[in-house]
Amino acid sequence: MKTARYVLYRFLQSLFALLCIITLTFFLARLAPGGPFLDEKAIPEHLLEQMNKKYGFDKPLAVQYGLYLGQLIQGDLGPSLGNKGFTVKQVISEGLPVSFILGFIGLIIALIIGVPIGVFAAAKRNTSVDYGLMTVAMIGICLPTFVIAPLLGEIFALKLGWFDVAGWENSTAWFLGAMTLGLYYSAYIARLTRGSMLDVLSEDFIRTARAKGVAPGKILFKHAFRGGIMPVVAYLGPALAGLIGGSFVVETVFGIPGLGQHFIKAASNRDYTLINGTVTVFAILILVMNFLVDVLQAWLDPRTKTRN
Amino acid sequence: MISGIHQRESKAIERGSSLGRDAWLRLRKNHLAMTSLWFFVTVVLTCFLLPLFSFVPDPNATFPELQSQPAFSKATSVGGDEVYYLLGSDHLGRDIFSRILYGGRVSLAVGFLATAVSLTIGVIYGALSGYVGGKIDAAMMRVVDILYALPFMIIVIILTTYFGNNLWLLFVCIGAVEWLTMARIVRGQVISLKSQEFVEAARSLGLSQWRIVFRHLIPNTIGPVIVYTTLTVPAVMRLEAILSFLGLGVQPPDASWGALIKEGADRMASDPGLLVYPAIIFGLTLFGLNFLGDGLRDALDPKSSKD
Repeated sequence: MKTARYVLYRFLQSLFALLCIITLTFFLARLAPGGPFLDEKAIPEHLLEQMNKKYGFDKPLAVQYGLYLGQLIQGDLGPSLGNKGFTVKQVISEGLPVSFILGFIGLIIALIIGVPIGVFAAAKRNTSVDYGLMTVAMIGICLPTFVIAPLLGEIFALKLGWFDVAGWENSTAWFLGAMTLGLYYSAYIARLTRGSMLDVLSEDFIRTARAKGVAPGKILFKHAFRGGIMPVVAYLGPALAGLIGGSFVVETVFGIPGLGQHFIKAASNRDYTLINGTVTVFAILILVMNFLVDVLQAWLDPRTKTRN
Repeated sequence: MISGIHQRESKAIERGSSLGRDAWLRLRKNHLAMTSLWFFVTVVLTCFLLPLFSFVPDPNATFPELQSQPAFSKATSVGGDEVYYLLGSDHLGRDIFSRILYGGRVSLAVGFLATAVSLTIGVIYGALSGYVGGKIDAAMMRVVDILYALPFMIIVIILTTYFGNNLWLLFVCIGAVEWLTMARIVRGQVISLKSQEFVEAARSLGLSQWRIVFRHLIPNTIGPVIVYTTLTVPAVMRLEAILSFLGLGVQPPDASWGALIKEGADRMASDPGLLVYPAIIFGLTLFGLNFLGDGLRDALDPKSSKD
């Protein structure tokens, strides 16, 4: 019962957050100076009027907002103002899978590298192994994706020729992109895992297990790991949000045609409909992830839901 | 030994040992944090003061005939100017060292600016929410929860489309969306402080609510606030660098560390120094600030230290 109430509460909260984002982006986009039709060359007055009429920009803002929400509920994101002849939906459905796959592989790489390092460092706490690993992780955090990405490209694509320099279809550049994201987030995950494993390892039930004579490896993986991994699970939601931000950089460096590329282009071209559409999709993605993570956490750890 | 302790104690009574002094004494023992602190101070002073001297060349002065000069080299331009390139020159003959200094000014300044804005909003919002309590507190914290759910990076990129032509305004706005964690931290502190005797004493003396909040409660939250501030500055600097890297932040020919890294990444194959120098200084500065933050946390709140 309590779990159901918590899930419902989180669901409504996410829904409300989504509405906030949609409203915010809508009004920010419309109130911004400069319009999508203000090109380098001046457009005749009557043509501008016509175009504004065609896209409904001549109506009062409140009416536009209502119409926009109505279309959104039906899943209609309108035509892209910057990419002539394409709807926002087409642009997004082209870019989203690319970004999603990239981010997902990146996250898996981050977990594969980060979690074992964290567990290992915690098991060897306060030894030179621990300090060494954590220093490397700290360096990883301080070297942002926009430094790692060009370096990986230079070394593995240009110098060694193991991977392609850029591209997505029939190209191996995606691996370097995912690796960039993975390396960066593995540093965070390693620190997080180490910290929470240390917390768990200092608890009484671990001492009991040790006193009972359970093998150290078994204590680490069977007893401590389940509790120690919780903060990492909680971090997956924010990590995904961060991965999207990071993937903007990676997509730019490796020429991967994901949603980030479209978003940045839309932001600099003031392609309102595409900005609003991409933001809505990103927001839904992040909110769904956060929601799932919270529910998963509440399910794994009964103490969580009593917070609210 | 015993007399030593005794002496120190009596001194402490004479001078009064403040939280800040205790923390400073603990921080001084943490070599990593102290190194980081001095490094950071040196970087800030170098970036802001060194360009005041005339021997640092104009970062935007181009010498097309002197492109890609090696580090530690002297060259003479067509105009007869003698230029000394400490870290070499870029593809337009601009002095890399000077560009790193001027770029550092921008990166550090936006970091401080956005942090100051987020600090102000976060501390006031959190303190009021925690002090008032009850339904108002609940409502104020729900607002924070909802804002937390917004994808930060996307909001920032949207902001760049409106304030992109004014970097300072942009970072004021970034500060205005960065304050959430600070508000939570301060609120938690204020809630645990407000039931203590000194607040009751202040109230019984008839002090106004505002005075209690701003003179008695907020100064007592300083420890966690300093720690979080130290961690916010590098976060904002990273954000500036990402934006400039994506072409949404500092516009050429102006420099920031992010913009320089971007320029360097584009020309890495022909001239790796263009990427390496700004990346090193940027990485080390962030490295230092993060270690300093960790050290301050241990120094200001010894209980929270993990191991």
